[in-house]
Amino acid sequence: MAETSTNPAPLQPGMQGVVADWASDQRAFKNVSWGKAMMWIFLLSDTFIFSCFLLSYMTVRSSTTVPWPNSSEVFALSFGGDPIPLILIAIMTFILITSSGTMVLAVNFGYRKDRRKTALLLIITGLFGASFVGMQAFEWTKLIVDEGVRPWGNPMGAPQFGSVFFMITGFHGFHVSVGVLFLFLIARKVWRGDYDNETRGFFTSKKGRYEIVETMGLYWHFVDLVWVFIFAFFYLW
Amino acid sequence: MAEATANAEHQEHPLGIYFQIWAWLFVLSACSYAVDYFHVESYLRWTLIIIFMLLKAGLIVAVFMHMIWERLAMVCAILVPPLLLLVFVAIMSIESDYTFFTRLTFFNFGT
Repeated sequence: MAETSTNPAPLQPGMQGVVADWASDQRAFKNVSWGKAMMWIFLLSDTFIFSCFLLSYMTVRSSTTVPWPNSSEVFALSFGGDPIPLILIAIMTFILITSSGTMVLAVNFGYRKDRRKTALLLIITGLFGASFVGMQAFEWTKLIVDEGVRPWGNPMGAPQFGSVFFMITGFHGFHVSVGVLFLFLIARKVWRGDYDNETRGFFTSKKGRYEIVETMGLYWHFVDLVWVFIFAFFYLW
Repeated sequence: MAEATANAEHQEHPLGIYFQIWAWLFVLSACSYAVDYFHVESYLRWTLIIIFMLLKAGLIVAVFMHMIWERLAMVCAILVPPLLLLVFVAIMSIESDYTFFTRLTFFNFGT
């Protein structure tokens, strides 16, 4: 990097490093490019958005006098036999974790400049993401059409269940959908060799680098991370 | 830690650790699903759910998002602000307790 050559002072470890980095009168985040730092800042702000949703969910759920619907039964699905509790959500969780694994491999192969493997792994990650959104669409359809869940009420219990469900899973599903789009865009660029040839970007006219795969990966892992919390608080609680 | 300092902005690590963490994430997800499947109830249920959730979240952030290899200045800037949410949680749970109490007092028509 050009920046590191103008910064010959060695980086200090530990808390002293924190103070030195912040007081360095240059960029505070050493060893991190602006793209990655900004992705982290964005994810931090997104953390607060999702936290607000989960907090309002906590508030309405603990203040309602009507019993909350049993999510284990609401989201049960039967494959011919007895309904298996929460099975669709479990499958969705495993799909998202699998896609996180393929994403992390894509980042690794990107830094090894293995163009084909990176593109292939990005596409696989995107397909897992797309199947996740597909299952979510199925789940929404089942809840709206078969069970009559609406944002203002439902036959199973507290009326807030519907609004919380549609708001939280809808916003998360939107994040996944945007992530899938983002994945396919990056996969196309990797496949084309933009990061091997350092093709300049359309908007930024900066040289393309494999680092974008890692930045993309941060977003994708964040989507998985949010699902971990939704799964725990909304579906399992 | 050593390889991170070797290639400064470059988060390249041996694949082995990713596969290990990947396996752990599957195990932890299976565990949290098992909590529901075997109808573990009440406090044990909530404790287990939160433990598995935090372990999963920690592994994802630490290894998959490379937090353990970043500089402490970065780690603090990203991971400290969300702790403020705990204050928010406390405030909102007090508030919802109060709402619940008022609802019980003033509109228990049916009971």
